[in-house]
Amino acid sequence: MRVNRRTFMQGTAATAAAGMFSSSAVAEEPINVASIHDLSGGLDIYGKPMVDAMTLAIEEANAAGGLLGRPLKLINYDTQSNMQLYTQFAQQAALKDKVAVVHGGITSASREVIRPVLDKFKTLYFYNTQYEGGVCDRNQFDTGVTPAQTVEKLVPYAMKKWGKKVYVIAADYNYGQITSQWVKKYVIENGGEVPAIDFFPLDVTNFGPTISKIQAAKPDFVWSALVGGAHISFYRQWAAAGMRKSIPMASTTFAVGNEHIVLSPDECNGMLICYNYFQDLKNPVNEKFVASFLKRFGADYPNITELAMGTYQGFRLWAEAVKKAGSIDRMKVIEALETGISIDAPSGKVTIDPPTHHCVLDVHIAEVADKKLKVLEDFAQQKPADTAAVCDLIKNPTDNQQYVIKI
Amino acid sequence: MDLVALLAIQVLYAIASLALISVGLAIIFGMMRVINLAHGEFLMLGGYAAIVATSHGISIWIAMLVVAPIVVGLIGVIVERTIIRFLYGRMIDTMLATWGLSLFLVGLTTAIFGNTTVGISAPLGSFQIGAYRTSVYTLFVIAVAAVVLAAIFALIRWTRLGLIARGTMQNANMAAALGVNPPRVYAVTFGAGAALSGLAGAVLAPVSGVFPTIGVAYVAKSFITVIGGGAAILSGTVSASALFGTINQIATFVTTPVFGEVALLAAAIILIRLLPQGITGRFFRRGL
Repeated sequence: MRVNRRTFMQGTAATAAAGMFSSSAVAEEPINVASIHDLSGGLDIYGKPMVDAMTLAIEEANAAGGLLGRPLKLINYDTQSNMQLYTQFAQQAALKDKVAVVHGGITSASREVIRPVLDKFKTLYFYNTQYEGGVCDRNQFDTGVTPAQTVEKLVPYAMKKWGKKVYVIAADYNYGQITSQWVKKYVIENGGEVPAIDFFPLDVTNFGPTISKIQAAKPDFVWSALVGGAHISFYRQWAAAGMRKSIPMASTTFAVGNEHIVLSPDECNGMLICYNYFQDLKNPVNEKFVASFLKRFGADYPNITELAMGTYQGFRLWAEAVKKAGSIDRMKVIEALETGISIDAPSGKVTIDPPTHHCVLDVHIAEVADKKLKVLEDFAQQKPADTAAVCDLIKNPTDNQQYVIKI
Repeated sequence: MDLVALLAIQVLYAIASLALISVGLAIIFGMMRVINLAHGEFLMLGGYAAIVATSHGISIWIAMLVVAPIVVGLIGVIVERTIIRFLYGRMIDTMLATWGLSLFLVGLTTAIFGNTTVGISAPLGSFQIGAYRTSVYTLFVIAVAAVVLAAIFALIRWTRLGLIARGTMQNANMAAALGVNPPRVYAVTFGAGAALSGLAGAVLAPVSGVFPTIGVAYVAKSFITVIGGGAAILSGTVSASALFGTINQIATFVTTPVFGEVALLAAAIILIRLLPQGITGRFFRRGL
């Protein structure tokens, strides 16, 4: 038989078509779910618990029969705290592994690296980290808390407790830059002042001059939005200089990477934080979740973090939407999520806010106490008001940018 | 006034820590013209040695001042005997080999300890200067640097070992002709340089924590200090540390840590442009 271009094309087309039919005929072909997190490098303190939570969520879903009668397959990509790998793995997930959804990204910088990639290749994206807010993109859902949900609560609480003069120190990239502006905004709205905001690249470990500067400014308390392993040395040096007892501290990032366990109680007791989830929350859903988490990963698991819970809840929301849509098609799942889907999560009720693609959820203020996080006050069902002020994806579905507040 | 005193301590501390992290490199580079790109990893290993020893119940002082230098010194001797000694006089090859060694050590420690930051709390508490507080540990680091530099000076200046080392450094062939065994001098010197790096890494561990890739943060600064200092080991290290430490710390205090680093690097570039042989290429030429 002579093979020319035409017969060859017909042949391959037939094979491809057969392949397509056979894949829909075999219903058990797994649904690929991508998890793109830093499992090594300076940000692994955040990434590891997130992937553990994802693993548990997928195993639970598979034990319950999978989704749409198909099992789920988790594909982990370790980005090694390296931004270039984010681009590479996002492309690989979308094009080669053809995943139904990508969960991932830790720092805001990494999110902004993979967001355009996943937009371009039309792959649904869940960003599950608490962040500075303002992302408005129909392809993306954000299950973490934003400043209007946490900073807005913690600033007045801390100011009432300690005083009105707040010195802000933050990591030097978009998260720290924007979050510190939110802190300043809420401090001023509550009648306080911010004498200075200092930014630190992620690899800075010598905070001596800064500690002197803070002392010279004499604030009532310090607000930390420091990020990553190297910045932990700030808390050590702060305590070593004897400052912990004279100037207290509040933070939007502390304990997210289990810093309260790495440091000794003497270095961080009394610090105030505000998040969506704490392992000690008292409700039946959480007690069941903690029990199965510890059963899966060992009773000595240090702490189930805010980011781990964000990831768990992000996956659950997606799975709920897939069930509702009866499909893993991207647009159908987005539309199902935009009906304002809601789950009973370990942190309480979590609902997608359709215009912003962020979440309405409970937040809690807690205090670091001897390697534990003691919940002090609860705030039910907080809306993502910061993003809502600028973003409405129902009215402008083609909007695609991160808004930055102006002060 | 109190603030000036506090700043002075911070500046001294910056100088001391620069001198500590550079002196091991300066010895290895000054004596053997070996560019040791695994220098940062020697510091990192010193940090881990101290932390592991402390967690096994050894007093933090013994862990830092005794265990860490011995452990890293031994590693240095092993490295010299197995890798470096075949490469003397081949500068590019030693760079390649030590770079490989650096990657290997990072990989090895990551495999053993995981890629997370570990640390020990700084001992000694804090003290008051007027309205300000700072940690006593800062003073301890300054003292360690002073003692180390004084000890090196005494060793090189007044002992027979120092004389042999200086002779070998000036002219290895002539020293050999006079009955000195240069390979042995090199091994001892490399071990001593590594031990000092281990000591520095251990002493700084409570301040900055330790993680497998922390060497990167140290290695650039120590190279800049050594190159800026020039040929003389001691006076070069001290003068370059004093210059760069002061600039870095004051710029950091006045502006931000980012500009502090920028100021340090800018100063280094200008210095090398004006004094290509380093500070001791023009000043303190007769220094050690």
